[in-house]
Amino acid sequence: MADEPLVLGIETSCDETGVGIVRGTTLLADAVASSVDEHARFGGVVPEVASRAHLEAMVPTIERALKDAGVSARDLDGIAVTAGPGLAGALLVGVSAAKAYAYALGKPLYGVNHLAAHICVDQLEHGPLPEPTMALLVSGGHSSLLLSSDITSDVRPLGATIDDAAGEAFDKIARVLNLGFPGGPVIDRYAKEGDPSAIAFPRGLTGPRDPAYDFSFSGLKTAVARWIEAKRAAGEEVPVRDVSASFQEAVVDVLTRKAVRACRDEGVDHLMIGGGVAANSRLRALAQERCEAAGIQLRVPRMKLCTDNGAMVAALGAEMVARNRTPSGWDLSADSSLPVTDPHVPGNHDHDHDHVHEVSKENLYS
Amino acid sequence: MLLLALDTATPAVTVALHDGAAVIASSSQVDARRHGELLLPAVDRVLAEAGVKLDAVTGIVTGIGPGPYTGLRVGLMTADTFGLALGVPVHGLCTLDGLAYAADIEKGPFVVATDARRKEVYWAVYEDSRTRRTDPAVDRPADIAEQVAGLPAVGAGALLYPDTFPVAHEPEHVSAAALASLAAEKLAAGEELPEPRPLYLRRPDAQVPKNYKVVTPK
Ligand SMILES: [Zn+2]
Repeated sequence: MADEPLVLGIETSCDETGVGIVRGTTLLADAVASSVDEHARFGGVVPEVASRAHLEAMVPTIERALKDAGVSARDLDGIAVTAGPGLAGALLVGVSAAKAYAYALGKPLYGVNHLAAHICVDQLEHGPLPEPTMALLVSGGHSSLLLSSDITSDVRPLGATIDDAAGEAFDKIARVLNLGFPGGPVIDRYAKEGDPSAIAFPRGLTGPRDPAYDFSFSGLKTAVARWIEAKRAAGEEVPVRDVSASFQEAVVDVLTRKAVRACRDEGVDHLMIGGGVAANSRLRALAQERCEAAGIQLRVPRMKLCTDNGAMVAALGAEMVARNRTPSGWDLSADSSLPVTDPHVPGNHDHDHDHVHEVSKENLYS
Repeated sequence: MLLLALDTATPAVTVALHDGAAVIASSSQVDARRHGELLLPAVDRVLAEAGVKLDAVTGIVTGIGPGPYTGLRVGLMTADTFGLALGVPVHGLCTLDGLAYAADIEKGPFVVATDARRKEVYWAVYEDSRTRRTDPAVDRPADIAEQVAGLPAVGAGALLYPDTFPVAHEPEHVSAAALASLAAEKLAAGEELPEPRPLYLRRPDAQVPKNYKVVTPK
């Protein structure tokens, strides 16, 4: 539909420079420039390397997205950008670009929450989000269970990791096994040829007195590393495939068990899974199996929409426009610890003493 | 000609408009931690003060540092994106050159030094306010004391380290007004201005891990 909001979204919270364009819930472009190769030799994302790469990649990636979508910047109804959470310096590059772009084009600006955007992206795949929706977000930076009744205004955290993110555990175990960085895809590959029940690794925070929806992967990580070290110390060969499969099973068992339990407890019949770890084939399969058994509808976007990208930011921005949410001010700042309960950062229009965000309309490029 | 100049490579968030003859509006705020928040409202204020719209601008000039990276990128990213949206050229200028120009010294040599944090300065030596003699560099003041001995110096880096720079004066930070004037002069003379690419001068802090940390207790 032509009257659905046309929004460009910018994402720079970690190592992907993402620029996406959507019309309502329709994906028009998803341009991503990744600096992951530059980080590989460091075994993890180096914030300064990521920030430098964002600055380099931003303008070409915006141009590519506009070309892919076949739209003119003039026709946009708004510019959305990840305001947080994420790496402070990296976020600031995207926020600076989005502000300048919105200002120069005379379009409203929406600073949005990265986690809410991970949930909202599913609208591009499966249509409008059911309300409420339960979301399991798992990546190298986050592992959270969130319940949302309106993605533009109400996101409630039910649980989160108390130590490492799930994706981090994959990276660390891959490092112990000398499989390189990032660890997720390579462990997934080896695990396919291994036995998930070969080694009984611990399931963190699953005791009767443990918090029902929080996660912990630090103990698992240590247990796996010790197991491998013991093999090596004994001069035995490490069964990489079985270790990968058993470790992966421990992670996805806990993730899916808790997500399904949260759905049941809250009476929610939809579960969406997003974030980079949602690309894990075993997580998808086990979630499908358990959701089916529990009568829950599972929604997982295609892999490219699960990892960080600009389309998810545009998707949430479009929803902000559609629901008439207050745009952000020109003084919008990057907030590396933006709470998940803030789906966006509205401008503050009722502070008379602060004229900073009162922008004279005449100066806008029209 | 209507140039919009901005610089975020020092603690100053500074914006100016130059119409080819003179600076017609400018703003400078010193707040090293809020470059991202302050820059765009400052641009808006400067345009309003001059009574022009952003689309009247014919070129953008941005300080390319050297300067602490996080702040530096705010100005560069803003300039780049304005250029993209408006379809006008984006020029770079070394931030130290802007300070040298503002110092208005006809006969040098003299030094421009800004605060590079970590007990270092970004610095260069100038023949006069328009002519740089050395490439911008980053060093500990004590390590360059011999090279700058006897030379007057300007900039916060000089003011901060009197042992190395006993004869230090204002200006402390760069102003976009100076950058704009310098750029207007150079463009009028048909000079090419540098690309708007950051002068980081340092590699990112990152260590290649030698090995993972063994977790088995010894
Ligand atoms: Zn993410």
